[in-house]
Amino acid sequence: MNRVTKFLSKNAMLVVLVLVLLFFEVLISLKNSTPLFLGNGSLLQPANLTNLIRQNGYVVILATGMLMCILTGGNIDLSVGSIVILVGAFSGFMMVNWHWNPYLSILLCLMIATLLGAWQAFWIAYVRIPPFVTTLAGMLVYRGLALVLMDSKGISPYPEEFINLFNSFIPNTTDPGAILGVSLIIGVAICALLIVTKIMSRLSKKRKGYAMESLPLMLVKTIVICAIILFVAWRLGQNKGIPVLLVLLGAVVFIYTYYTQNTVPGRYLYAMGGNEKAARLSGVNTKKMMFFAYTNMGFLAGIAAMVSVARFNQASTVAGTGYEMDAIGSCFVGGASAYGGIGTVGGAVIGAIFFGVLNMGMSIMGTNASLQDVIKGLVLLAAVIFDVLSKSRKQAA
Amino acid sequence: MGEPLLRMEGITKLFPGAKALDNVTFSVLPGEIHALVGENGAGKSTLMNVLSGIYPFGSYEGEIFYEGEACRFGRIKDSEKKGIVIIHQELALVPYMTIGENMFLGNEQGGAARINWDATYNKAAEYLKIVGLSESPHTLIKDIGVGKQQLVEIAKALAKNVRLLILDEPTASLNEDDSQNLLKLLLKFKSEGMTSILISHKLHEVEQVADSITILRDGATIETLVKGRDDITEPRIIKGMVGREISDRYPKRESNIGGVTLEVKDWTVYHPLYIGRKVCDKVNISVRKGEVVGISGLMGAGRTELAMSVFGGSYGADISGELFLNGKPIQLKSIRSAIANKLAYVTEDRKNDGLVLSQTLRVNTTLANLQRTSRFGWIIDKDQEVRFGGEYKERLGVKAASIEQHADNLSGGNQQKLLLAKWMFAEPDILILDEPTRGIDVGAKYEIYNIINELVAQEKSVLLISSDMPELLGMCDRIYIMNEGKIVGELSREEASQEVIMAAILQSSKGA
Repeated sequence: MNRVTKFLSKNAMLVVLVLVLLFFEVLISLKNSTPLFLGNGSLLQPANLTNLIRQNGYVVILATGMLMCILTGGNIDLSVGSIVILVGAFSGFMMVNWHWNPYLSILLCLMIATLLGAWQAFWIAYVRIPPFVTTLAGMLVYRGLALVLMDSKGISPYPEEFINLFNSFIPNTTDPGAILGVSLIIGVAICALLIVTKIMSRLSKKRKGYAMESLPLMLVKTIVICAIILFVAWRLGQNKGIPVLLVLLGAVVFIYTYYTQNTVPGRYLYAMGGNEKAARLSGVNTKKMMFFAYTNMGFLAGIAAMVSVARFNQASTVAGTGYEMDAIGSCFVGGASAYGGIGTVGGAVIGAIFFGVLNMGMSIMGTNASLQDVIKGLVLLAAVIFDVLSKSRKQAA
Repeated sequence: MGEPLLRMEGITKLFPGAKALDNVTFSVLPGEIHALVGENGAGKSTLMNVLSGIYPFGSYEGEIFYEGEACRFGRIKDSEKKGIVIIHQELALVPYMTIGENMFLGNEQGGAARINWDATYNKAAEYLKIVGLSESPHTLIKDIGVGKQQLVEIAKALAKNVRLLILDEPTASLNEDDSQNLLKLLLKFKSEGMTSILISHKLHEVEQVADSITILRDGATIETLVKGRDDITEPRIIKGMVGREISDRYPKRESNIGGVTLEVKDWTVYHPLYIGRKVCDKVNISVRKGEVVGISGLMGAGRTELAMSVFGGSYGADISGELFLNGKPIQLKSIRSAIANKLAYVTEDRKNDGLVLSQTLRVNTTLANLQRTSRFGWIIDKDQEVRFGGEYKERLGVKAASIEQHADNLSGGNQQKLLLAKWMFAEPDILILDEPTRGIDVGAKYEIYNIINELVAQEKSVLLISSDMPELLGMCDRIYIMNEGKIVGELSREEASQEVIMAAILQSSKGA
């Protein structure tokens, strides 16, 4: 029993996500009188699953970067939406107006994005200008600059080559049998890789005589994760295959999870957010960490810009507005502390999926768009209240 | 003798793990200046906090009688209503507000909806005149010196119709002229019938103005000396303050002292904010292999500042002087380089500067030297980290359920041990321990003394900063005495005694 409550409290947001998913499934199946999960309109229906990934890809990327900023001490970056618009504009000039090579353009765009981030990072880290102010200024400057450069008009269409880079599927055919087959093979391969690494790590621990996770727990965990992977692969295989975007998201999430959980600078981020003075006196270069967090945010906003531009096939003057709030919201719903030092990339991803599911579920149900905002706002507040309360209770104990 | 204005009876105040006040009795006669003296941690400030309601009724035992009436203060406002006003050592003024605004902060003139600024500034000017401060009430606090700020605090107290004025170390940061002014002001108030309680380390000042002196030691009242009845000279007061026997509260060790490991020469450090204020002034100290060297001094003597400025310049501005490690000159430009050169500074403030309380024992243990448990210098080997975490937890006897427990759930003594574990994990040769036993119980203290002995047995050098004099006498091979940023004495274990140390500090304060 104790173990169950512990699991629930540790993975509260995951449980809530599953509950919300079930909630919408039941509502939708009642409304359309279709079978649960498999019916038309279900969130887990192949086309919807594909859309969920396409519509929320940018949030996952931005939330990952935002988490680094929040970890440093509850600092946020308000400028990411504007960076998406401005970098999008640059990509439009390069690829649409000047017909530059897409790969070169992407590289240049990411460099520009990183520089935009570094400009703010310098003021924040080395001159100690409060991040809120610095990035608020960035938000105004970058968006304004984009509008001036674009003359307030969108830029399109993008070259086929660029669009395909982000919007195509694996495998790139229309034969339904081949699509399902390849998708399942990829799913199985990922599962196999997961199982092999688990076994390797277990064997190595055993050899060195370190403490190991209990075997049943490990088996259950692995089976559940593999089942989810296979289910997603199967459903995607019934549609168009595995989106290239999903691979990109997977890579971003994997790299930053590894960075935060397994590397020395990642550990420093947590230490600094937990107690900046103690971290500094332990030899952590807190200025450098701060500089990294905000520069990196610029870089990831650049990737999000590419994804966003490819999705709409247009460098838009509006697609980007409010993105910073999606990212910040995802982090907090995903369990990041508003004071810094606590939170995981996985949590931020769950937060992003949570908002995605909420959006899509409410759209399918035909909820009034303004009411959707009310619900999302309340959910965000509830998540942070939960975080603060659970912490104050711990202190009292 | 008349009825006392204030009588505190049987006051006992417990803090987690420590008894700050133990059945203290304290009474003040109307119209006198009553000095309260004792070493750091003797309980002076705690007693005054009980009196002023900072520690509300119910959080302590005992009774307070004021003008013969039992008082139960729930908060500071309650005691201020009775005319009891306390001026703390750290001034509570807002730098970017004017003198007038500060003087009536929390006591605003006019109604709730509108502050009457004319009344505020006119009254402020009156009170400034009384305390003899010739500044406009429109001047910002940040633009006047500490001495004048102290006078503003007093004027602020007067504005609250003070009848019993409590001054906690009012002259600690003042120069001799300003101090004398302040004492004259106190005498003037006394002639006008006001009662005051003066907490001070500067015994010559106490001798000069006090009518009676109450001595606290280890949270208990030792005696009250009355002018004209008892001898109230400095040596007599010192005897009361330190007169206690040292039993075997300190584990024995065989000293095996080697060559000089750390040497600091002509070390001068300026305050990072107040330009031109010297915090350390041409300090020369050295530590040898296998030696425990103490630095004694009062709070604010510059001991922590000295240690931190040596530790990679983590404090202060315009640091000058020379550092030698094992005889070789060296410059430690950053904390990282200090750690790399096998130095460790174990802070006095474990909660704010030492531990990441929201993290686990494991994370805290390895933080200062993560490279030791990493591959290629930046990928943490978590399995090894878990093993190290357990090993150091055992070695230092940190009592916790597991290494995955969060540091904020540990008791003070265990947090202190964890902090030591963290710095021992960094494998230093020279450890600077700043107040390592502050606020922890006797048992945990003893364990920490054992750890110190173990460290020097491994030929490490320990620099021990402590305000607990018996601890320094019990643990150190050699003791430096620091006062007002300067080293004012150096004593061997044999020469050192509390009286000698106290006398050296007071001697140098007098000269200033």
